Amino acid sequence: MTSAVLSPALVSGVTRSFARKRRIAMAVPAMILAYLIYAAVSFDIAGLMQRARFDNAAILLSDFWSHKTHVTRDNRSGALTVAIEGESKGTYPPGMLPDWVTVSGDVTTIDLGTGHVVTYDGAGARFVVPGYGTIDIRPVGGKPVLTAPEPIPDWISVAENKVSVKTPAGRFSYSRSKVETFRYEPGWELWFFTLDSPLYGKSFAELAALAISGNRIDEARSNLALMASEFWTNRMWRHGDVAWAIFETILMAFLGTMTGALVALPLSFLAARNFMPLGPVRSAARRVFDFIRGVDGLIWTIILSRAFGPGPMTGAIAIAITDTGSFGKMFSEALENIDEKQVDGIRSTGANSLQRARFGVLPQITPVLLSQVLYYLESNTRSATVIGAIVGGGIGLLLTQAILTQKDWEEVAYYMVLIVVMVMAMDSLSGWLRRRLIKGDGA
Amino acid sequence: MVDIAFGPEPGKRPDPASTGEAYLDMVRRKRMYGGILVVLFVALLASGWMLADHRNAGGFWNGLPQMLDFPAEVLSEAWANRANLPGLLWTYIPSLIETLNIAAVATLTGALMAAGLSLLATRGLARWPRLIPVFRRTMDALRAIPEIVIALVLIFVIGGGPVPAVIAIALHTGGALGKLFSEVAENADLKPVEGLSSVGATWGQKMWLGVIPQVAPNWVSYALLRLEINVRASAILGFVGEGGIGHDLKLAMQWGQGRYDEVVAIFLLLFLAIVVIDRVSDSYRHRLVGGTV
Repeated sequence: MTSAVLSPALVSGVTRSFARKRRIAMAVPAMILAYLIYAAVSFDIAGLMQRARFDNAAILLSDFWSHKTHVTRDNRSGALTVAIEGESKGTYPPGMLPDWVTVSGDVTTIDLGTGHVVTYDGAGARFVVPGYGTIDIRPVGGKPVLTAPEPIPDWISVAENKVSVKTPAGRFSYSRSKVETFRYEPGWELWFFTLDSPLYGKSFAELAALAISGNRIDEARSNLALMASEFWTNRMWRHGDVAWAIFETILMAFLGTMTGALVALPLSFLAARNFMPLGPVRSAARRVFDFIRGVDGLIWTIILSRAFGPGPMTGAIAIAITDTGSFGKMFSEALENIDEKQVDGIRSTGANSLQRARFGVLPQITPVLLSQVLYYLESNTRSATVIGAIVGGGIGLLLTQAILTQKDWEEVAYYMVLIVVMVMAMDSLSGWLRRRLIKGDGA
Repeated sequence: MVDIAFGPEPGKRPDPASTGEAYLDMVRRKRMYGGILVVLFVALLASGWMLADHRNAGGFWNGLPQMLDFPAEVLSEAWANRANLPGLLWTYIPSLIETLNIAAVATLTGALMAAGLSLLATRGLARWPRLIPVFRRTMDALRAIPEIVIALVLIFVIGGGPVPAVIAIALHTGGALGKLFSEVAENADLKPVEGLSSVGATWGQKMWLGVIPQVAPNWVSYALLRLEINVRASAILGFVGEGGIGHDLKLAMQWGQGRYDEVVAIFLLLFLAIVVIDRVSDSYRHRLVGGTV
């Protein structure tokens, strides 16, 4: 426009303020970066990379989608066991073998696929690896002695008392006491029925045919009932216990959230400026909420589990107490923001204070209240998983137990999937209820 | 128009004399439905508590009188050794700083991740509009996985210490903040962005100069709220996994009698830290967004 407006003072002022803004825009990322570098040093990231065990990660990932079967011969007694994941629950009963293992006399042949064949016999064990040759092991004076084409590659490790071989088809190890072969296969084995179940190994078509046919496998009940109970009581995966644990976790979240909200609602009137004219009472109520929130769920959980012992009720009470603090604060803020006109209207009809609260206040704060309660219900489902790990209830306990054994990673994967599905389901349920109850209210 | 002005035929018109009755009828029906819902809800709650009580190792009524036993025991021992308390408080300051650092680094990295994800997942701002659902589902998945799951798996792979907790909390924060950030960004004014496109700005420049300045106050406010939550989460993860003041608390608790003065010192530090952070972030957030959040 006109140059008269652009006085030198204004120009220099604007330039200076621009320069300051630019300095701030540079300084904030620089400070963040400096803090992250400090954190990296204090967390010892460099040392961590050395300590990290990526072979553990490999075990974990392969367990997530596959399972292994152990074929073990006791070198002293000559007894052969075939067990899925090496667990007693997954051991093949006598007379039953997977189709890639054949036994004739004291010779056991294990076909690992793609030409890899392991043979156990009276003299020792042999492992034929295509493209390399035969690895032959014989015990001499109790110690395994290896004969294999030279040079010995690095996937064969030889120690004084143990020889182990790692191939993509499977692993093999020979020690003084036993010889063992692991075969890896994709999928979670025995997920439906365990080996001792009469239904093991049947295809879906066979099962469907059984379900509608009249010939009962077990005389006492129908085939469908048998299938349900065999699945439900599966000893390897324990579907019944897992379903109960999920239910317990949701129960903790539901009871905790709803009880917290019900307790907080009347108390929040005491902390709202427009309902509690007495300053000391108001500030006392607020300090109570602050204290409850400040003590934190972790500490409440510890104190409560000392009194009530482990279990879902302890978790539910812990969630309820923590949420009473948060809800009390939020509800009293919502109460302070209501429209007084509606309350005045009710008052003009001669309503007492309880009636004013019911007809003048509650209808106004219900949408805010419900949406917060439902949001907390969803977030508490997640907290209930963690609290369950501390108080010993629900899916959190199963998960931490499975992780602590550092062996049953397929179960860890299963529980993780279930937890994510559970939280997502609660998320969409609470979102759906929120939309129905709040937006659809007028209709 | 005429129909509306004159209304339907006289037979179909509601009787003016009985409107009050019809209204009361409707109110009664509404109340009945409401009442049924309340009864159902109360029944569900009561039976839930009974079931939980039944499944618990100790019953509610047996436990209630014992509720104060443990705090009393702890406090009396700590009171007897109260001379140690200042020294113990000082001893645990480094652990507290570690817990706070875990929360701060996780909030910071999580918020940066959330900023990127949310801009990519917001209609009107996204770099690749077709990929919006992909980024949204990513945020949902990140939000759904509880921190403890990631933390425990990472402890197995990379060993103990604060880093598993940082990664676990950061991933969850990325998902949770991403959703809130994208709701804020949806309401951003697009005029600055259009102005920047008219001068040939790249996508990064449009976001950095056109969108971020608008959404920054709300984003920072949400990130501060998240920091409060993450301090608690980091203490809990320390208790279940490793690292920080939560871990010290677990060790002292497992020791039991004889180290209760340490338990009290840790409780106090944690309590003070949480209250101070709550207060500071509360007042700062009020200044940022004028008390709307």
